[in-house]
Amino acid sequence: MAKLRQAAIYGKGGIGKSTTTQNLVAALAEAGQKVMIVGCDPKADSTRLILHSKAQTTVMHLAAEAGSVEDLELEDVMAVGYGGVKCVESGGPEPGVGCAGRGVITAINFLEEEGAYDEDLNFVFYDVLGDVVCGGFAMPIRENKAQEIYIVVSGEMMAMYAANNIAKGIVKYANSGSVRLAGLICNSRKTDREDELIEALAAKLGTQMIHFVPRDNVVQHAEIRRMTVIEYDPKAKQADEYRALAKKIIENKKFVIPKPLEMEELEELLMEFGIMEVEDTSIIGKTAAELAAEAVAA
Amino acid sequence: MGLLNREEAEALIQEVLEVYPEKAKKDRAKHLMVNDKKLESAKKCITSNRKSVPGVMTQRGCAYAGAKGVVWGPFKDIIDISHGPIGCGQYSRGGRRNYYSGIAGVDSFCDLMFSSDFQEKDIVFGGDKKLAKLIDEVESLFPLSKAISVQSECPIGLIGDDIEAVSKKKAAEIGKTIVPVRCEGFRGVSQSLGHHISNDAIRDWVISNRDGKLDAGTPYDVAILGDYNIGGDAWASRILLEEMGLNVVAQWSGDGTIAEIENTPKAKLNLLHCYRSMNYIARHMEEKYGIPWLEYNFFGPTKIAESLREIASHFDDTIKEGAERVIAKYQPAMDAIIAKFKPRLQGKKVMLYVGGLRPRHTVGAYEDLGMEVVGAGYEFAHNDDYDRTIKELKDATLIYDDATGYELEEFVRQVKPDLVGSGIKEKYAFHKMGVPFRQMHSWDYSGPYHGYDGFAVFARDMDMTVNNPCWSMFKAPWQKPAEEPEAKAA
Repeated sequence: MAKLRQAAIYGKGGIGKSTTTQNLVAALAEAGQKVMIVGCDPKADSTRLILHSKAQTTVMHLAAEAGSVEDLELEDVMAVGYGGVKCVESGGPEPGVGCAGRGVITAINFLEEEGAYDEDLNFVFYDVLGDVVCGGFAMPIRENKAQEIYIVVSGEMMAMYAANNIAKGIVKYANSGSVRLAGLICNSRKTDREDELIEALAAKLGTQMIHFVPRDNVVQHAEIRRMTVIEYDPKAKQADEYRALAKKIIENKKFVIPKPLEMEELEELLMEFGIMEVEDTSIIGKTAAELAAEAVAA
Repeated sequence: MGLLNREEAEALIQEVLEVYPEKAKKDRAKHLMVNDKKLESAKKCITSNRKSVPGVMTQRGCAYAGAKGVVWGPFKDIIDISHGPIGCGQYSRGGRRNYYSGIAGVDSFCDLMFSSDFQEKDIVFGGDKKLAKLIDEVESLFPLSKAISVQSECPIGLIGDDIEAVSKKKAAEIGKTIVPVRCEGFRGVSQSLGHHISNDAIRDWVISNRDGKLDAGTPYDVAILGDYNIGGDAWASRILLEEMGLNVVAQWSGDGTIAEIENTPKAKLNLLHCYRSMNYIARHMEEKYGIPWLEYNFFGPTKIAESLREIASHFDDTIKEGAERVIAKYQPAMDAIIAKFKPRLQGKKVMLYVGGLRPRHTVGAYEDLGMEVVGAGYEFAHNDDYDRTIKELKDATLIYDDATGYELEEFVRQVKPDLVGSGIKEKYAFHKMGVPFRQMHSWDYSGPYHGYDGFAVFARDMDMTVNNPCWSMFKAPWQKPAEEPEAKAA
C-alpha cells in the first residue's frame, strides 16, 4: 500500500483553485486513486462539483449545532461523491465576524483525531482560502500535514505576486518541517506568452510549471451543473488536460524549498514580458499642476 | 545592621545586576535607583512602565486585571461580564476583599462571577450573539442590577467582536447603561493600562449620563476617587470627611454605585487616593466640569492630619474648623496607639513592593510607629509616581521598579529588613527566608488601614507580625550554634 500523500492547493482568490482541485481530484479518482478533499475556506465551495451539492454542511457548523466539535463523529462531517472521493469542509463564519483561521485549525485537528486519514487513502488535497493571512490558514502545511504544495497561478500580475508571497510562507514552514513546493499549476487566462512567463517564474522560484491548463468553456458548462469536466463530458479535450495534470502529480518527484523573488526581481520579470510598464520615477510625487507646468516648459 | 549609605546601596544594585546577561542587565539597571531627595523629577534616574524582561519573575498583571479586578469590580450594582473563556473570570473572582454593603445576588454583585464561557465555536463564529443572550439572561436573573460592563478577554481583541455595537443595542433594549471595556490582557505592559482603559470607558459611556440633569448639590460635595474599600478602607475614610462637614457624593469604586459615578460631576473637589488608577478621570472631570482634584493620604495620623487640613483649605471656615475638630477628637486615641506600639516597633526597617500608591503612601504610617522604610518599589508605576515617591522616602533608600523575584530576594537578604510588605506571590518566599511579612495588597485578611480607625488595625498588625515569636523558632534545634557538645563532653 502506497504512502498517503497530502497536498495543499494555494493561490490568489478567484484564480480557480477549487475548480482545478476538484477536476484534478476527479481525474485521480478516475485513475483509481483514493482521494479526500478537505476544504479550508469558510465559503465551503471546495467539494460542490464532486458532491453535486450547493455547499456541503461543514465541520464547524455541525460543531456549533452539536455544542462542540467533540460531540461530532467522522461520518457526520464526511460525504462521499464522484469516484468515491471523500469530502470534508472545515467551514467558518460569515465574512466580518469570528475567526476563520481557528475554524481551519479546529477542523483539521478533528479529522486527525477521528482518524479520517485512513490507510486506504492515496491522496488528501487541502483547498485553502486565497492567501495565507494568518496562522490558521497555514495549518495544512504544518508538521505532518501537507508535504507538497501546488500553487495555482495565471499570467496576471496579481496572481504572480500572490504566488510569490505564498512561496515566502512555504519557506518558513519548509525550514522547520518537511513541506515542499511541488509546482505551479497555470490556470490560463489567455494572457500573452502566459506559458513562457509561468515557466520563467517557476524557474526563478526553483520549481516547475507542472501543467498548463488551457481555458475552455466546458469547465463552466460543467460547473453550472455542479459537476467536474471529467464527469460531465469525459470525452472533452479539457478532461484530458486534467488527466494529464493528475498523471504528472502522481509521478511528481520535484519537491523543493522555493527561492521567493525579491519585489524588484519579480517586477523585472513582469516588465520583460510586457505585463508591467517600466516605471517612470521622474513623475513620483508630482501634482497634475506641476506636471502640466513641466510639459509647457518642455 | 544599620542603614545602607548611598555608596553601599549603589554597590548593592551593581552586585544584584551582575548575574544578568548583558542586555537584561542594561535594561534592569534603568529600573533600580538610590533615592536622592534633591531630585526634581524621577525621570533622569528611573525608567518605568516598560515591558518586563523576558525570563524574570515579574509580579505584574494584565490590562484585564487592572480593569475588571481593580476599577470595575468594586462598583457593587454593576454586573461585570468577563467576556471570553472561563479562566480569566473565575480566577479573578473575589480575591481582593473590596467590601460593600448590600445583598449579594440581589442588589450587589461583587461576589458573583459572570462569564460568557467561550467555546471553540464562539471563537470561530464570533461571540456577539452569545454576549447579547448573556445580557438578556443577566437582566432576567438579576433585575435589580443597575448597569453592566463587558470586560474583554484576549480572544475578543483577536477575533474583532463588536462589543460596542452589542452594548449599545442591548442598553437601548433593557434601558440600562452597558459599558464595553476593551481591556484585552495583551494590551500594554501591566495592569496599569487596564486602569486607563477603564477610566476612558467611564468617561465615554457613563460620566455624562446626567449632564444637564444634576442639581447643584451643596457647596461641600466631594467624591472619593481611587479607594477600593479593601477591608473597609473607604468607610474609615468617609466618616472623617463627613465628620468635618463634607458631603461625600461618590465612592470610586469601593462600595460605589453607578448612580454615584453619574453624580460625581456635582462634586466641588475630587479627592484622589490612588493616583495611579484614577488620575485620568480626575483630570477629565477637571477639564470638562472644572472640578479641581487633590491627592490625599489617609495612612497614619501624621498624614491624615496633613491631608484633612489640605482638603479643608479648599473650603470655608466651617470645614476648616471641622477638620481641626476631627483631628483633635482622634489625636488622643492615636497617641495611645503610638504609645503602645512605638516602643515595640521603634527602629524596625521595612521594605515595600506593592502596587498603585502604597509604596509611598504608607511611609508616613510606618514613621508614626517609629519604623523606617528602607526600600520601596512598584509593580506598575509610571514616572509621575516616582516623582511623588522620591519626596516621601529618605535619601539613599533603595527604589525598584517592576522588581524581579531575584532582585527582591537579594535586596532583602542583604538589607535584612525587619518586615517586608508585598503581595501574595512574594509572601511565602519571604516566610521561608524567615522574614516577617505583611501582604499589603489586601491587608493580609485584615484592615481597614485607611483613616484613624485603620491606623489602629495597621499598628496592631505590624506589631503582631514583626514581634511574632515564631520568627525566633525558625532554626531547628540541630541547626542552632553548637554549645551543647562541649557541655556534654564536660
